[in-house]
Amino acid sequence: MTQNEHTVSSEHSHAHVHRDDIGAKMGMWLFLFTELLLFGGMFLMYAVYRFQYQMDFKIAAMELSVSMGTLNTIILLTSSLTVALAITAIQKGNKFLAVLNLNITIIFALMFMVNKYYEWSAKFEHGLYPGSDEMLSLPNGQIMFYGLYYIMTGLHGLHVIIGVIILAIMLVLVIKDKITSDNYVKLENGGLYWHLVDLIWIFLFPLFYLIH
Amino acid sequence: MANGTVAVSEKTFYEESTNKYSGILSWLLTTDHKRIGLLYLYTIGGFFLVGVVLGLLMRLELIAPGETIVDAQTYNSLFTLHGVIMIFLFIVPGLPAIFGNFFLPIQLGTNDVAFPRLNLLSWYVYIIGAVLVLISLVLPGGPIDTGWTFYIPYSVRTSTNVSLAIFAAFVLGFSSILTGLNFITTVHRMRAPGMGFFRMPLFIWSLYATAWIQVIATPVIGITILLVILERTFGVGIFDPALGGDPILYQHMFWIYSHPAVYIMILPAMGVVSEILPTFARRTIFGYKAIAYSSLAIAFVGYLVWAHHMFTSGISDTARWIFSLLTFIVALPSGVKVFNWVATLYKGSIDPKPPLLWVLSFIFLFSIGGLTGLVVGSLATDIHLHDTYFVVAHFHYVMFGGTGTIFIAGLYYWFPKMFGRMYNIKWANIAAALYFIAFNMLYFPKFILGYMGMPRRYFDYLPEFTTLQEISTVGSWLMAITIIIIVTNLIHAGLKGKKASANPWGGVTLEWQTTSPPPLHNFNRHVEVNHEPYDFSQLKELEYDSK
Repeated sequence: MTQNEHTVSSEHSHAHVHRDDIGAKMGMWLFLFTELLLFGGMFLMYAVYRFQYQMDFKIAAMELSVSMGTLNTIILLTSSLTVALAITAIQKGNKFLAVLNLNITIIFALMFMVNKYYEWSAKFEHGLYPGSDEMLSLPNGQIMFYGLYYIMTGLHGLHVIIGVIILAIMLVLVIKDKITSDNYVKLENGGLYWHLVDLIWIFLFPLFYLIH
Repeated sequence: MANGTVAVSEKTFYEESTNKYSGILSWLLTTDHKRIGLLYLYTIGGFFLVGVVLGLLMRLELIAPGETIVDAQTYNSLFTLHGVIMIFLFIVPGLPAIFGNFFLPIQLGTNDVAFPRLNLLSWYVYIIGAVLVLISLVLPGGPIDTGWTFYIPYSVRTSTNVSLAIFAAFVLGFSSILTGLNFITTVHRMRAPGMGFFRMPLFIWSLYATAWIQVIATPVIGITILLVILERTFGVGIFDPALGGDPILYQHMFWIYSHPAVYIMILPAMGVVSEILPTFARRTIFGYKAIAYSSLAIAFVGYLVWAHHMFTSGISDTARWIFSLLTFIVALPSGVKVFNWVATLYKGSIDPKPPLLWVLSFIFLFSIGGLTGLVVGSLATDIHLHDTYFVVAHFHYVMFGGTGTIFIAGLYYWFPKMFGRMYNIKWANIAAALYFIAFNMLYFPKFILGYMGMPRRYFDYLPEFTTLQEISTVGSWLMAITIIIIVTNLIHAGLKGKKASANPWGGVTLEWQTTSPPPLHNFNRHVEVNHEPYDFSQLKELEYDSK
């Protein structure tokens, strides 16, 4: 019998270090797809209510600070660049640049959240939050605009926070040499997640701040 | 000879673990897809029995008009929990998470899924969701009483623990998504050499289609559930007409997920049918490609029919006839499958073992369920039948008669492979016969009751409905006895059954070409596929003992 030649028992020890970078990225893309659909549900509702309350949406949108929104857009877009630079750096084996760029990305992300905090608190000071008397005195369409604004930018903010956590983990893995020039799919996937956060914002920004 | 033989001395996956632990930890920390499949089997099976008990209580309440054993509010909670547990904890994860986990890698000829650790995480996420459901039962406020559809505005106004219970559904959705993307990646990346897409067993095709629906549809229910929770917590007004919101929009968002979800429930069952039929007819499946493509067609069209749940909610006539038309179109790929299954039996060498008997039951029950679906999918008849027992009967014929029957068929089919032991065939046959009688006794009267005007979700009814309600309740007892026989037979077999051979049924897909139970890495040889999936000319080489 030639059984032993056919058995894979000798490979057993390797079975779980089996690596498939394309598979890993495919899984990540599928996950990003579900994230898009999660926000897709919200965009659908935005479309329905925008259609229903065109004037109210226009008036309410003027209350948002375009300069704050623009600043945050610039911050987030730049952070997408730095995370891409970090990936290129690690591909070329430059650990220092990778660490530097990941740190910059995280700082940008935190700046985004700080801006968001000031933006939201300014609204809260004017009494504009769900359920407040000020809010309930507005026309229905404006209530809806602010409701969607808080839910969609809030959900996005939550994703920024999750993104920061993911980037921080990636940073640690790079420092510990777990992510290297010949095994960087984790960082690529982390980067993909961060680009998604950026991408969602690119749609939120014009829908809430720019269309008047 | 060298091809199919297996060294007897090899350890099974029960004796060899993926981690350094032994005992319970070797299971709780396992990344072996087979052990994870079994973890799912025990937990999902447990929740199924809980759901059965809730159903029995409801049937007992309905044995006579007026209050019998529970009050109206308790009854509201009973049907909600029965629905939530049966749908989110049993049928949606049932076949993919148990049999999909166990057999997808084996049927593909590989050693595990693409992301084994993510697979274990999915199980834990499922458990967290299940625990949240249980916690919501005992917290002050009382168990959720909205029905499993959580319709606005009641779900925002009721004081019961809606937020926690629906958050549990959100968490369970997460588990579903993770399993889905794991399976899609596995199918694309891990097929054995020679296994092209059109050499995959049809169970894999159906899991693949299901996984896509899980990935595409589940996030929509996720966001909808989050919005209901936000409504309850902050009163944002998205669905509240007083603040300019639209409660019908909730129904749209809910059914955009929940209608495709019924295909998540039924497609894997259709896949199992396509496995069992060729094995016991000893011939290849009729119309392999038609069945494979019809799975994808159902997944695709099923995504576009959601508003047929809302014909009476005041949507426009144009929307109604479009959705009605699309609903009829889904019947086409489903019909393709049924005809192909029946044609597979034609001139086959039929071996009426228990799994086949359950499949025959399934074809009958599912056809009734499917055809009555067309009755409620037609605009004019739906106005009369909407929210009556007719819908309840239709739903149970499709879900229980369809997926539930096949869940048991799958258990009977794969039990010898999963546990390496054989159950008592005679008792399995008795159970199959009893099941068929009990099922029709339990649910067929509901069609008539619904037609006569008995509304769903009522704990009381008019005296003229008594006889049919009684027949249905007696049917539920017979069903309980059947389930006890099935469970006892299987548990007894698991502990004391006689050893099963590697290929007790004469199947030819890859899971029958390894030991029962399989070794840790599924095969003790290098797997290469050079046959169509249901090519029975291989049977001679596979040492099938037809006794």
